[in-house]
Amino acid sequence: MKILVPVKRVVDYNVKVRVKSDGTGVETAGVKMSMNPFDEIAVEEAVRLKEKGVATEIIAVSLGVAACAETIRTALAMGADRGILVESDADLQPLAVAKMLKAIAEKEGPGLIILGKQAIDDDMSATGQMLAALLGWAQGTFASKITVEGDKLTVTREVDGGLETVSLNMPAIVTTDLRLNEPRYASLPNIMKARKKPIETIKPADLGVDPAPRLTVVKVDEPPKRQAGVKVGSVAELVAKLKNEAKVI
Amino acid sequence: MTSLVLLEHEAGSIKQPSRSAVAAAVQLGETHVLVAGLGIAAAAAAAAKIPGVAKVLVADAAEYDHAMAEPMAALLIALAPNYSHLLAATTAVGKNVMPRVAALLDSQPISDIAGVVDADTFVRPIYAGNALATVKSSDAKKVITVRAASFDPVAAEGGSAAIEAIAAVGAPSISTFISAELSKSERPELTAARVVISGGRGMQNGDNFKLLEPIADKLGAAVGASRAAVDAGFVPNDYQVGQTGKIVAPELYVAVGISGAIQHLAGMKDSKVIVAINKDEEAPIFQVADYGLVADLFVALPELAAELERG
Repeated sequence: MKILVPVKRVVDYNVKVRVKSDGTGVETAGVKMSMNPFDEIAVEEAVRLKEKGVATEIIAVSLGVAACAETIRTALAMGADRGILVESDADLQPLAVAKMLKAIAEKEGPGLIILGKQAIDDDMSATGQMLAALLGWAQGTFASKITVEGDKLTVTREVDGGLETVSLNMPAIVTTDLRLNEPRYASLPNIMKARKKPIETIKPADLGVDPAPRLTVVKVDEPPKRQAGVKVGSVAELVAKLKNEAKVI
Repeated sequence: MTSLVLLEHEAGSIKQPSRSAVAAAVQLGETHVLVAGLGIAAAAAAAAKIPGVAKVLVADAAEYDHAMAEPMAALLIALAPNYSHLLAATTAVGKNVMPRVAALLDSQPISDIAGVVDADTFVRPIYAGNALATVKSSDAKKVITVRAASFDPVAAEGGSAAIEAIAAVGAPSISTFISAELSKSERPELTAARVVISGGRGMQNGDNFKLLEPIADKLGAAVGASRAAVDAGFVPNDYQVGQTGKIVAPELYVAVGISGAIQHLAGMKDSKVIVAINKDEEAPIFQVADYGLVADLFVALPELAAELERG
């Protein structure tokens, strides 16, 4: 069974993003970029399934600017076998990404596609569900545990108030939540080996997809800032202020 | 122009985040709602009482019992021709179902909106709420999830909408519900609570979360946690407040032993009053707190419980 793992290049989660003064977006020039953390969990899960003998090949796909090849390289160093880069300078939104991934899935025929539950830049949390819909596959979103049994996939999902377990026909889509696994660090020998693994570069047009965005960004603002309040000296003072000043208890 | 809001229900009542989604929808125009599930007459009746709702569609059938994405999306697609906007709250169900619906309508979903500008234009947080994007959709049908913390929920009572039963639509049987393990709690849900008290890595272990309980009991609060506390295994993931967990905006938020990572602030900074208790006076949480107490939480929490007990 092949596993497809889409990986997104995003502003590193440790970077404090700054809104550009002209309100057109956030500053990305000269900012450290990394693989979306939820996608690292997706790669890790695929690698573990390969180590268990469930998967035979892992294909990492990234869509975006040429530098996304680095993100694919990271996945290859973690244990993916080969990469596909869909190169585009367009603002790729989840619908276009899902359409392109669908075209790749139809060509590659994976039994499983594992994606991060959300990207930490646009926070859309949509691509996996959209890809499942376009392919007509079942979806196990926000997964904290997955088990492959024959042609069925059991997924434990993080839902409001606890956990839910579902059984899906394969091929299927999984999106990863935090507790699915703890991604490994790539070892130096594996980073060296990853340099020799193949990455195929294609364009959106090769997949027959128009990548034009459907959402136009009108402006990007800084959120209103909260002012720091006062320090209180004791628990008694805190309770008194909450009662008499803030009037919330 | 009419909107359809997918409502979530529990034990015959409509969940509060869904009433926030209705609040967003009524800003767009006439609002219909959908209640789907099995044996849901009471929930349908509750939906009809929500002010601002013109019509309640009720799909009472076994396939909607667990709000699985595949059948729910098929149902919404069947109803979509009558509506310009399809909405749900940004909850586990809304996030699971709505993008699936959008893809089948060839529409780019607009996730987690925090404001309605006009019928095509919405404000949504990006980068964990560190920026607010105003986006304009060119799609014929808008598929939207609504950040409950950003819209005051409409009242639960006061309306009298018509109720219309609708037939289930077929969906491919590609997924089956097996089981749910929901945490049993007497306390309010995090996203609906008037007061939230959360613990962070400073709690040191899961057992110490018991120190929060007498305070939560006294204040009628929900108990939450930072991602650090969840990652450390102190409490289950559904306690998590933050960008990757739940977004809350209670009247009072009490952060205990939480440093205030960006990812946590993203989940609670819209709270009305924020209290921080931390022994590190440099902790970033103090920059957003209305009231900060620099103290060892293991001393402060029992004191706080006693002080509240005293009344």
